[in-house]
Amino acid sequence: MDFLISDEQKQLQDLIHQFIQKDYPFDVREKLVKTEEGFSKDFWKTFSQFGLLAMPFSEEDGGFNGGPVDIMIILEAFGTGLIVEPYIPNIVLSGNLVSKLGSKDQKDAILPNLLNGDMQLAFAFSEPQSRFDLNDVTTAAEKDGDGYKLNGYKCVVMNGPAADKLIVSARTAGSQLNENGISLFIVDRETKGVSLRDYSNVDGSKASELTLEDVVLTKDALLGKQDKAFSTIEEVVNLATLAISAEAIGIMQKMNELTLEYTKTREQFGQALSQFQALQHRMVDTFMVHEQTKSLLLMAAAKMNDKSEDAVKSISALKYQVGNAAKLIGEEAIQLHGGMGVTEEMSIGHYFKRLTTIRTIFGNADYHLKKYSSL
Amino acid sequence: MNLSFSEEDLKFQSEVRSFIKENYPSEIKEKMDNGVPVSKDDIVTWQKILSKKGWFAINWPEEHGGSGWSVTQKFIFQNELAEANTPNIVPFGVSMCGPVIYTFGTEEQKERFLPDIRDNNVWWCQGYSEPGSGSDLASLKTKAEKKGDKYIVNGTKTWTTMAQHADWIFCLVRTDSSGIKQQGISFLLIDMKSPGVEVKPIITIDGSHEVNMVYLDNVEVPAENLIGEEGAGWSIAKFLLAHERTGIGGIPHLKREIRRLRQITEELPLNEGFLKDDQLFMDKLNKVEIDLLSAEFTELRTLASISAGGHPGPESSILKIGGTDLQQSLSDLYVEALGYYAHPFMSEEDLKSNEKRIGPDFAANVMPHYLNYRKVSIYGGSNEVQRNVIAKAVLGL
Repeated sequence: MDFLISDEQKQLQDLIHQFIQKDYPFDVREKLVKTEEGFSKDFWKTFSQFGLLAMPFSEEDGGFNGGPVDIMIILEAFGTGLIVEPYIPNIVLSGNLVSKLGSKDQKDAILPNLLNGDMQLAFAFSEPQSRFDLNDVTTAAEKDGDGYKLNGYKCVVMNGPAADKLIVSARTAGSQLNENGISLFIVDRETKGVSLRDYSNVDGSKASELTLEDVVLTKDALLGKQDKAFSTIEEVVNLATLAISAEAIGIMQKMNELTLEYTKTREQFGQALSQFQALQHRMVDTFMVHEQTKSLLLMAAAKMNDKSEDAVKSISALKYQVGNAAKLIGEEAIQLHGGMGVTEEMSIGHYFKRLTTIRTIFGNADYHLKKYSSL
Repeated sequence: MNLSFSEEDLKFQSEVRSFIKENYPSEIKEKMDNGVPVSKDDIVTWQKILSKKGWFAINWPEEHGGSGWSVTQKFIFQNELAEANTPNIVPFGVSMCGPVIYTFGTEEQKERFLPDIRDNNVWWCQGYSEPGSGSDLASLKTKAEKKGDKYIVNGTKTWTTMAQHADWIFCLVRTDSSGIKQQGISFLLIDMKSPGVEVKPIITIDGSHEVNMVYLDNVEVPAENLIGEEGAGWSIAKFLLAHERTGIGGIPHLKREIRRLRQITEELPLNEGFLKDDQLFMDKLNKVEIDLLSAEFTELRTLASISAGGHPGPESSILKIGGTDLQQSLSDLYVEALGYYAHPFMSEEDLKSNEKRIGPDFAANVMPHYLNYRKVSIYGGSNEVQRNVIAKAVLGL
């Protein structure tokens, strides 16, 4: 048993850290999030050249056969640099769905373009009432001749504004909460009846509200088997939960470092803030929480890698802990920065905003506590 | 001990309620209810309505236009204002500078400044913190040099809330650097229109412009604008911070917010039911409500002791910590209630526009509020400083 990563994985990690240091300082990121697109297509291409976009896919899909540990390494490193490029929506969610369920034609049309950075995807799975329940789907796909007709509404679709194609979960059978009867459809952004309301999120990412009104699709739009998409959706969202937890842990590490640094330089009452024992203890607590949460991350990644029986339960344990740790570390980092922590000017507040949205994404602490208890 | 309202109190309550109902301008109410930012004009309009009725400077001595109300009446009044969702009273003039002037000012200063504060003719802001002096306020460096019958003021003030609207600023300045740092601080009133005063916005993580830097570059201030003696600034500042700390607990407002959140849990769809079916969430809501009751009755005890002749002292630090913890917990619960719909960002322009909001109507302000409310455990003396105050002044450590 060891917790070591391979030499190749270490190189991958170093590559991303060097990229952040050289090309992705905070002010560059800030300029990017204020643009219309909200991220850099050039950097996205760079990630393709690094091999990051191909990482989780099989060799026959043009990928590198990377596993959960590789995804973890990428996202944890991304977290430290607060990288806003939409890796999780494109690669971990949408790309994986296509790779796991797609026909040859569907894969050929999408994967090469996705992997070389020319195509953007989004996965539309949440609805206003569904909260974090992937089985709660009211968007309906009726049989329409040979194809389907979609009607419904999806909310806060991550990467919606950039997406050329959307993968939409819709109900083809069963009632609102049935796991059976959920299907996936690949929908072109430009299809008649599709409307997107694009906006920015507080963390600098972009999202859309998606309305589907009598959207007519051919049978080729169906991704995977009709009615049977739920288990794959769950599998992919579990991987994305691991990924976003890794991102959170990178962010927490960075926030702890920034806070430590700040308290060493900021003086009040004739000494550095870091000299006050009351504050030292709090920084010890946030340090410990980060380490302990990271332990769960490694555990969950290893269990997913081994396809262990309790892998799903370990993901819920992880995300529950990430939710709590994110609140503690985020809020403490701001508090210890004092007024400076709430200014737009310093990076700490931006890390805080992303960490705060991650508390919610793919289920908050309460949700995963309940799920853990039920498994 | 009797914690219920007398018949007289109830009569007073209905008088306040009907006054608000008849006089609270509907266009301001509409903005407040829809989470649209209120303008300076809106705030002044509402505060003037209260001034005209004699219900603005309620805590002041009656000779200067105070209400003469009992503690219970003041409590009822604050609750009714919050209940009706009226704009928060801007505290800098009426709750901060006013009490300093009627406590420490000369007769001439009282006549000159108090009526305009009471009648809302002048907007005040607070020049306390400096870039190098936050929690350690006494280390402030803004310098005021006496030259004839003037002070020449140089320095930088920061976190100055709503300085962009202000006509006047009350400042702590250093008039003497020779002794220990608490000595040599003076309390000076400065006209914001004076040459050399410059205001620059600080944008906070919620995207709003509420606080500012105020630069003072060779600003000439008449010596008659000094309140109290030269060097008395620190004791005035401590007096004032105690006033500030009781005010920022914001209990009546929290009571309304928690009731509203409970209402929201009955309306926000979750699966085939509503958010109220989520027991873990409801448990947290109920815990916050219990904490709120603790804070409310602690505040009432403090108010009762003030009315029995005391003045707010170290116990106000308890209210500041308790009240701000609650503000933060409740703002976080709102975020949790919304799930993904807490994430879309709407600018002030978006909020003012008529376009349909993203997600539930109340959603737009929820995350900004949570982010913005990180400040409440930092300002007015950080909660760490408040703990030091309690440790020293109450526990005698």
